[in-house]
Amino acid sequence: MTATLPTTGTDQLDVLESEAIHVMREVAGEFDRPVILFSGGKDSMLLVHLAHKAFWPAPIPFPVLHVDTGHNFDEVITFRDAVVERYGLTLEVASVQDYIDDGRLSERADGTRNPLQTTPLLDAIAEHRHDAVFGGGRRDEERARAKERIFSLRTAFGAWEPSRQRPELWNLYNGRHKAGEHVRVFPLSNWTELDVWRYIQREDIDLPTIYYAHTRDVFARDGMWLTSGPWGGPRDGEQVLSKSVRYRTVGDGSCTGAVESTATTLDEVLAEVRESRLTERGATRADDRLSEAAMEDRKKEGYF
Amino acid sequence: MGDTKRSGAGPSGHDLLRLATAGSVDDGKSTLVGRLLYDTKSVLADQLEAVERASKSTDGEPDLSLLVDGLRSEREQGITIDVAYRYFATPRRSFVLADTPGHVQYTRNTVTGASTAALAVLLVDARHGVVEQTRRHTAVMALLRVPRLVLAVNKIDLVDYDEATYLTITKEFRDHAVALGYAEDAVVTIPVSAKKGDNVVVGSDRTPWHDGPTLLDHLETVPVDGPDEAAPFRFPVQTVIRPRSAELPDYRGYAGLVAAGSVSVGDEVVVLPDGQRTTVEGIDRYTSSLDAASAGDSVVLRLAHDLGIARGAVIVAAGSAPEPVTEFTATLAWLHDKPLTPGRRLLVKHGTHTVQAMITAVEDRLDIQTLALDADPGTLEINDIGHVAITVAEPLPLDDYDTVAATGSFLVIDPQAGDTLAAGLVGRPLVATPVDA
Repeated sequence: MTATLPTTGTDQLDVLESEAIHVMREVAGEFDRPVILFSGGKDSMLLVHLAHKAFWPAPIPFPVLHVDTGHNFDEVITFRDAVVERYGLTLEVASVQDYIDDGRLSERADGTRNPLQTTPLLDAIAEHRHDAVFGGGRRDEERARAKERIFSLRTAFGAWEPSRQRPELWNLYNGRHKAGEHVRVFPLSNWTELDVWRYIQREDIDLPTIYYAHTRDVFARDGMWLTSGPWGGPRDGEQVLSKSVRYRTVGDGSCTGAVESTATTLDEVLAEVRESRLTERGATRADDRLSEAAMEDRKKEGYF
Repeated sequence: MGDTKRSGAGPSGHDLLRLATAGSVDDGKSTLVGRLLYDTKSVLADQLEAVERASKSTDGEPDLSLLVDGLRSEREQGITIDVAYRYFATPRRSFVLADTPGHVQYTRNTVTGASTAALAVLLVDARHGVVEQTRRHTAVMALLRVPRLVLAVNKIDLVDYDEATYLTITKEFRDHAVALGYAEDAVVTIPVSAKKGDNVVVGSDRTPWHDGPTLLDHLETVPVDGPDEAAPFRFPVQTVIRPRSAELPDYRGYAGLVAAGSVSVGDEVVVLPDGQRTTVEGIDRYTSSLDAASAGDSVVLRLAHDLGIARGAVIVAAGSAPEPVTEFTATLAWLHDKPLTPGRRLLVKHGTHTVQAMITAVEDRLDIQTLALDADPGTLEINDIGHVAITVAEPLPLDDYDTVAATGSFLVIDPQAGDTLAAGLVGRPLVATPVDA
């Protein structure tokens, strides 16, 4: 047999990949009912890709769970279903729309459904008795996320309790939890947005088309370009323009903004990420702007 | 593959340095980290804008500590409570920085940060010099064998950039570090002002007497010790890969991370704790078949014989197999509010194996100030470091932490609450030479 290694040499991507695969195999070894949170976005697509590598030539031993806000981009749902098909995954869906339709949740005045995801997520975790839930969160995204452990214990109510976090020593992960509690697992903790894009390029990973520049009808709100859709908008006075844009994150259409871009290839996207003076959340997420501690507060309620 | 270095500057030079910071409260650690991020242009516009909005300072300068104190209670109290991981890169190197808290009650987070660090930056306030927390943190770094130390003598502006003050502090620190086992050249000292930016990223003309590097210069050029590939091969089995598919009905592979050393196809290996011998038939990494793998690689091993190996086994080089034991001595860093009660039922997680355990005796406890060992303290309390005797229910193939850190380390876990109680290091990796103060 001959060695056919990627020719990246000393690249830190090898180190990050190896660490993420190690984390996934620990979860497979220590938990009964793990699940991968899958939004169709680039970070969760990376999780599926890494899981595929971690257990090859056996199939991925985890189902995927999509928390569907009902305000998704069509391209992303198409992509989600194609990934499920290609990897032979079991798809679980927690639908915010169902909760609104039967009155368990009510639409917010500002129209955004992102904060409404928490209840269906926690119910789905309880219903399927998931004891480990993979997320694509990275510590470089936001300063409350920078405090997350790779194995992050959540209470029976899904709450993150930062002052009670366990020390995380060497690469020995402690997944002990009581019945009803679960552990959120973040294999991409040590990756940056640039690492993610470099890895997507190296591994030739498919993404939804909205990550690449395309022409779209958008309107400006709160300094972001939002797409017209059932989530509201344009409102009076908001003018729809046709622009060349792309998305840096995939999320609820009501609060995920596009950035102006002409980057249609991976090389061009990478160049843009390198030069950007805005974080991806700062550039594209309205909900993080609600308060100084918006992310921390939502995580304490069980948000991912 | 066998000669592939995982870290250490290769021709491309773009490697990864994991470092930890530590210091006492109000030494300005968060400001220093904020300064590193700010001056390396690692802070993006929206982050800086948020900090400027939140800064309460009256001198018009942004409060850089707000870049890293990410929790509401941290900003309210103006202290760092929990370890935060920060990422920044220069054209020469990428950095993962564990920013750890200074308060005594959060020393567990210093241990967390130190366990994966190749270098530690310790801060002191130039007005106060070496204090108890400096000694404690240095002892933790020495215990965990963090290879290199930097002492940043911060707030040098507040002692009028006085060289004599700096020299007094650095001598005291060096003496302490050397007593803990550090070689002179493993310790670098730098006078800095995190608030004003002196010698952090940009050299300062207000310290003309300092002929050493700036902090960033040093971080960019210090050699990174990669995983020790000369160590004996150690491979804790994480999970067994059995596709049972039509194409691969008989495939059976053992997945894991090479914890130490390296392995090649054809090598003779021993599976512990049973001691069965076999040879490595194949090494798979995803669709590639490799000739060899080394420390840090997540791979799948195929073995010549069908041995019925499960998670928890350790595959090791045939010539260097440790004898599995049920009784051993270890150094513990006790990390939990609840003190150690000898005789209580606990769990030990070693590699991929978790076994029942009991700590039968606390042999001694380190005095952080004098580095002397107090004999027979009876218990260990939070942040105490000491030697204990442990009995485990099943034999474990242990190495001394000094020889192979990856298989010489373990967690002590509370079986009921699930909390991590202690960091464990097999053997006595603890220098206990009293320092002439």
